[in-house]
Amino acid sequence: MLDCGMHMGFNDDRRFPDFSYITQNGRLTDFLDCVIISHFHLDHCGALPYFSEMVGYDGPIYMTPPTQAICPILLEDYRKIAVDKKGEANFFTSQMIKDCMKKVVAVHLHQTVQVDDELEIKAYYAGHVLGAAMFQIKVGSESVVYTGDYNMTPDRHLGAAWIDRCRPNLLITESTYATTIRDSKRCRERDFLKKVHETVERGGKVLIPVFALGRAQELCILLETFWERMNLKAPIYFSTGLTEKANHYYKLFITWTNQKIRKTFVQRNMFEFKHIKAFDRAFADNPGPMVVFATPGMLHAGQSLQIFRKWAGNEKNMVIMPGYCVQGTVGHKILSGQRKLEMEGRQVLEVKMQVEYMSFSAHADAKGIMQLIGQAEPEHVLLVHGEAKKMEFLKQKIEQEFRVNCYMPANGETVTLPTSPSIPVGISLGLLKREMAQGLLPDAKKPRLLQGTLIMKDSNFRLVSSEQALKELGLAEHQLRFTCRVHLHDARKEQETVMRVYSHLKSILKDHCVQHLPDGSVTVESILIQAAAHSEDPGTKVLLVSWTYQDEELGSYLTSLLKKGLPQAPS
Amino acid sequence: MQCTQIQINHHYVGLWFGHDFHPQFPSFAACSKELKECSGHVFVDSVPEFCLPETELIDLSTVDVILISNYHCMMALPYITEHTGFTGTVYATEPTLQIGRLLMEELVNFIERVPKAQSASFWKNKDVQRLLPSPLKDAVEVSTWRRCYSMQEVNSALSKIQLVGYSQKIELFGAVQVTPLSSGYALGSSNWVIQSHYEKVSYVSGSSLLTTHPQPMDQASLKNSDVLILTGLTQIPTANPDGMVGEFCSNLALTVRNGGNVLVPCYPSGVIYDLLECLYQYIDSAGLSNVPFYFISPVANSSLEFSQIFAEWLCHNKQTKVYLPEPPFPHAELIQTNKLKHYPSIHGDFSNDFRQPCVVFTGHPSLRFGDVVHFLELWGKSSLNTVIFTEPDFSYLEALAPYQPLAMKCIYCPIDTRLNFIQVSNLLKEVQPLHVVCPEQYTQPPPTQSHRMDLMIDCQPPAMSYHRAEVLALPFKRRYEKIEIMPELADSLVPIEIKPGISLATVSAVLHTKDNKHVLQPPPRPTQPTSGKKRKRVSDDIPDCKVLKPLLSGSIPVEQFVQTLEKHGFSDIKVEDTAKGHIVLLQEAETLIQIEEDSTHIICDSDEMLRVRLRDLVLKFLQKF
Repeated sequence: MLDCGMHMGFNDDRRFPDFSYITQNGRLTDFLDCVIISHFHLDHCGALPYFSEMVGYDGPIYMTPPTQAICPILLEDYRKIAVDKKGEANFFTSQMIKDCMKKVVAVHLHQTVQVDDELEIKAYYAGHVLGAAMFQIKVGSESVVYTGDYNMTPDRHLGAAWIDRCRPNLLITESTYATTIRDSKRCRERDFLKKVHETVERGGKVLIPVFALGRAQELCILLETFWERMNLKAPIYFSTGLTEKANHYYKLFITWTNQKIRKTFVQRNMFEFKHIKAFDRAFADNPGPMVVFATPGMLHAGQSLQIFRKWAGNEKNMVIMPGYCVQGTVGHKILSGQRKLEMEGRQVLEVKMQVEYMSFSAHADAKGIMQLIGQAEPEHVLLVHGEAKKMEFLKQKIEQEFRVNCYMPANGETVTLPTSPSIPVGISLGLLKREMAQGLLPDAKKPRLLQGTLIMKDSNFRLVSSEQALKELGLAEHQLRFTCRVHLHDARKEQETVMRVYSHLKSILKDHCVQHLPDGSVTVESILIQAAAHSEDPGTKVLLVSWTYQDEELGSYLTSLLKKGLPQAPS
Repeated sequence: MQCTQIQINHHYVGLWFGHDFHPQFPSFAACSKELKECSGHVFVDSVPEFCLPETELIDLSTVDVILISNYHCMMALPYITEHTGFTGTVYATEPTLQIGRLLMEELVNFIERVPKAQSASFWKNKDVQRLLPSPLKDAVEVSTWRRCYSMQEVNSALSKIQLVGYSQKIELFGAVQVTPLSSGYALGSSNWVIQSHYEKVSYVSGSSLLTTHPQPMDQASLKNSDVLILTGLTQIPTANPDGMVGEFCSNLALTVRNGGNVLVPCYPSGVIYDLLECLYQYIDSAGLSNVPFYFISPVANSSLEFSQIFAEWLCHNKQTKVYLPEPPFPHAELIQTNKLKHYPSIHGDFSNDFRQPCVVFTGHPSLRFGDVVHFLELWGKSSLNTVIFTEPDFSYLEALAPYQPLAMKCIYCPIDTRLNFIQVSNLLKEVQPLHVVCPEQYTQPPPTQSHRMDLMIDCQPPAMSYHRAEVLALPFKRRYEKIEIMPELADSLVPIEIKPGISLATVSAVLHTKDNKHVLQPPPRPTQPTSGKKRKRVSDDIPDCKVLKPLLSGSIPVEQFVQTLEKHGFSDIKVEDTAKGHIVLLQEAETLIQIEEDSTHIICDSDEMLRVRLRDLVLKFLQKF
């Protein structure tokens, strides 16, 4: 099972996946060999404790070490908002998060993990957030690559996704930004800084809803350096105690960040901020300009939503949504232009503050997706994690450019892909070398046929020479021999007839070994030709052409050749 | 220095570095001429020089791949990548690369500070060297000794390294797959498995079964090896590392309590992390909380910082700390509480902060260069001070020789966590390789302890040994290679069950080989005879005799055969018994078929139609191979 996320837009049963799709009935552990989590965002791991502890799954859960470290913190955070603040019942507990994490096995980049005798998985760097990975899942010669969320352009703290030319049968790729070709990173950054700066200058407040880990760190680095350069005084806050802890993670997992940060970390830790301070709830009512990073990122609950409600009424203020918002969240509603929001208790909130969307969330854009397909060279592509209309456009583009089949199944839909795997077998070195040596002969251009016997015992397949196969099985060879009588009108002596046969064959079969033996017979390779007088007709000689089944073609050819008669001897 | 080269299959040559490369002892001391006597020993006064791995035997430009086992084993890399025509790839783990860089950087920095401009060469003359006392007389290959490389060469060499992770499968030339496995000895240290589909060679070098900071040794993946090459065992098989650490701590405490200073000559990475961790637990109970610990090295800061970011390469306990998130090594706390201070050199800040009594960790452990020289001169005259040797690479007596006479106390606590012979025998029992290959010196007790039969490798079959510059044929025979049958061809195969559980199918296919990968494709369809416009030559019809027909097996039951003949319209059939079988006569067709247990002979007129019909009927009773 790839990822185990939750839907931010729902507060009822629909927020978690319906796992009965997998089992119909019975235990999940019997149906799944393993679960792979691509990164720590809740839409990819939010249902994990529900899945493993409440529905029940005891198999391995694979994720990278940073995901393993950060995932339980976000789950706990999410649990607190859902249970403590909203008072939801039938939710997973802290203990369940802990028990669930005990089933996690860490996967390092490029390490090949043998899940069982057949199944192996391998992680590639995905760049989307700290520890995000793409996974190759392989059985025999057939493989699937699942990208999770990824980013093909390096940003201020992470590197770009990369995969080798692994030619999977199927590439399952996210398609969040299926139709967007984003302008250069620099432009977006400049735009972002300009908007923040203008708002602060006119005394407004800027709210930036983010997830505690990921985009937040990139934007913090950006604002920090800008504040430093412009010598700005307006305070920047970061909500909740997560910040410091988050920055610690970035420091300890610095090998997962980009080249530049890794190179300079000994001299300067990019994640220690001078201008960014911890946020207190009371600060929201302070007069004057400020910038606040608050969680969560889709304005669906928690502190970011609280601040939003306070500031929404003032047109001087601004909310900048730096990432994608799922349908049903407040974030999605205001981004789609809704300015009157129905809140809990039928309260209506009028949004006068400016709403800005900046695609900072680190997903690959259309160009990036195409780039990844080009890198991996899959046979089939399957689009997920996107909106149908946009996916349709991308699907056409992919099919045109790469001439591969592209699918975009709806939820619950099944796609069946044909594959034609080649069969790996062991070939005996003797047979292989014999064949390769022939390949070196001068007229090697003619395709040569390799002749061998495939011995199949259990799952052990070996290709050996026919002789070896007979020997191994303790069987005797059965020799099949043919002898054909060819009648020739020739009054001369047998020896002379033989001589004529010899010179005739010699002149035609230039590539073959034609010999005249002392006992009066002629051989062509291993085919024997003898002459005898006809018992009744002295003017006729009988040629006996004799060959084995293995020389079938040549033997048959020779009889038909001799049947045509011999050319007149040059006089 | 030791390197092992393996050649497989003509197209692949690998090179491994076993042991460290060492600065050679005959160097250092001050005198106008090259040779200098000190306390009865003779020394060469020169810029330090280094002995390189064996390069005479191998043409390094033909080496395709170098696999690095650990950061101590790559110190000669710049000599090879920069000056030998080597154009291959070097594989190493990330900690090996980063810490290896630090070790080289420190070395280059130390050597640059050595004031000597000249290399001594006079003593290298064979006639002169012969007359010199030991150990100068016994130094090998002195003519090939080289001066240290520059930082530029280091950077260039390291840029050729391709990073790999544990259990990553790396395809080489389509012929073999190499995989690094944790060896448990140092951060990122690796054993290497080199395998094709049917053969497996494991290269085990510098491994440890003790629980220190690195990830434990991966033994399971070494199982089923045809050959296990074993090298880089402990240099002090009689010393127990745990006991040595205890002795280290107690001697350190004793000296400091008596008002003396402690000098620990060491490398900037490796055992020092474990020593600092022990001291972290020990200092408060030993009443040493106010004693300053100094770590002096141009790469001290980097080494301490890097150690904290390689969580994935650490033992389980340290990994779990990172999840909290806390730094995995407690030296972070020692630094925070000012108990441990680090400096790039003795100049600058250090001279202001320096307080005695104190404990100093600094290099180089050979005592021939680096800041350690300064402290030996500063503290050597007082018997209150102690120098504690922990690095096992150098003989401490030889290292100290040029400083004699020395009043300072000398304690030898070599900490070498690599495998000892008991651990080797346990490892071999666990892993069970078919053959063990190792350097000669491991197959006999050490010369100084010739009665200790326990200090050698004992395994069955006996280990194959090699000595310097020897070429050894590895004891396995290659019988099979992998080949892929294309799906279209596989579909066309018709397996027949010959014996219970064993099926056979005859294959005739076209072999394609590219990049050492073999593929079998379906034979081409017989080409349609081209329309008769072109004049047909006789030779066009000549069949290719290289096309092999399958062999046949089985026997023909005469009665059934005759029935079949009748069913196919043959009449007037007569069967005669012979000594070995039967003769079937088709009188009308003037044809005779001799049938014996394992042969059939069809004798007929040159009527091809008839012959083919009979052939196909006979084949029905036989199996093809």
